[in-house]
Amino acid sequence: MAASQEEVLTGLADIVNEIAGVPQDEVELDKSFIDDLDVDSLSMVEVVVAAEEKFEVKIPDDDVKGLKTVRDAVDYIVKAAA
Amino acid sequence: MEWGTELMGDLLAGKRILVTGVITDASIGFQVAKRAQEEGAEVVLTGFGRLSLVNRIANRLPKPAPVIELDATNPEHLAALADNVRAHVPALDGVVHSIAFGPKDALGGNFLNTEWSDVATAVEVSAYSLKSLTMACLPLIEANKGRGGSVVGLDFDAQVAWPGYDWMGVAKAALESTSRYLAKYLGEKNIRVNLISSGPVKTMAANSIPGFEKFEGVWNEKAPLGWDLRDSDPAARGVCALLSDWFPKTTGEVIHVDGGLHAIGA
Ligand SMILES: NC(=O)c1ccc[n+]([C@@H]2O[C@H](COP(=O)([O-])OP(=O)(O)OC[C@H]3O[C@@H](n4cnc5c(N)ncnc54)[C@H](O)[C@@H]3O)[C@@H](O)[C@H]2O)c1
Repeated sequence: MAASQEEVLTGLADIVNEIAGVPQDEVELDKSFIDDLDVDSLSMVEVVVAAEEKFEVKIPDDDVKGLKTVRDAVDYIVKAAA
Repeated sequence: MEWGTELMGDLLAGKRILVTGVITDASIGFQVAKRAQEEGAEVVLTGFGRLSLVNRIANRLPKPAPVIELDATNPEHLAALADNVRAHVPALDGVVHSIAFGPKDALGGNFLNTEWSDVATAVEVSAYSLKSLTMACLPLIEANKGRGGSVVGLDFDAQVAWPGYDWMGVAKAALESTSRYLAKYLGEKNIRVNLISSGPVKTMAANSIPGFEKFEGVWNEKAPLGWDLRDSDPAARGVCALLSDWFPKTTGEVIHVDGGLHAIGA
């Protein structure tokens, strides 16, 4: 499934909202999941699992560590889904 | 060597099995549930804490599996377990204990200074819970009329000291002993209790052990059969073997699924 950066950001914001209760409009590209959005590590695991399903991608555990900001995650998903 | 990935059989046909400890698809419990389903079992899962995540992971199994909430240290959850399981299956033939937790201070080289309360948590969640879970399931195992049952837990070899594993190692020693006593007391009901002592697997529990990566080198160097930290399948298959009818007179046993490392001195 090819998706634009904007589509992925919107989809990801919905996921972060559902799982961690963060308002969608706060999920901005330069925010850090842990430091800015207060997403704890178990929530992050669930965000990744939900994103894998929504965008039909596979995000290996070793890559999850590199996804510090929303932009990291969006870029990763756009690339993986291309 | 890639083998048996498409293996499908009837090793566990007709068996109803409760599997605990699924939190990600790297969990040993996940692979046990998957293999058990592929071998014909009907699987019921329990989940701890983050049920929404466990449900998402359960959806990745070949067949749907219900998820029941269970904190293995919560007396109310334990008391309700049999009824909650009965909503899905009338009896159990197997129970898989894939539960462990050690507080941060109990792991990672702090051994000489760990407080009792942290040790107590590690032992309660990781060892005593084998007894609690087994007893909570006893009425369901007895409900299968003399066929007995198989309880299988996941162990990490507690005969030696490991770097950083610390009080979890002590908890695993307690788990090994608990399983022997359960075997002793439940043998007359034809219930077998055994452990699979697995080599290291990269899971969430493993990630919380500081220095876990060092095991990779040890296993690469010493295990006669080799070992892959990313593969929980060998352990899962060992569990399924013990759940099957092919170990009818084995109980109180610890079977190593570790590439053979335990047999090698240096
Ligand atoms: N990963 C390894 O290297 C390795 C090696 C040998 C044995 N084991 C054992 O395998 C078992 C499963 O661990 P894993 O490696 O799959 O990691 P994991 O993190 O995927 O699973 C551990 C599970 O324990 C559950 N849990 C923690 N506290 C609980 C509680 N109070 N009540 C109910 N459940 C609780 C967690 O929810 C999680 O599902 C553990 O007993 C572990 O010690 C793991």
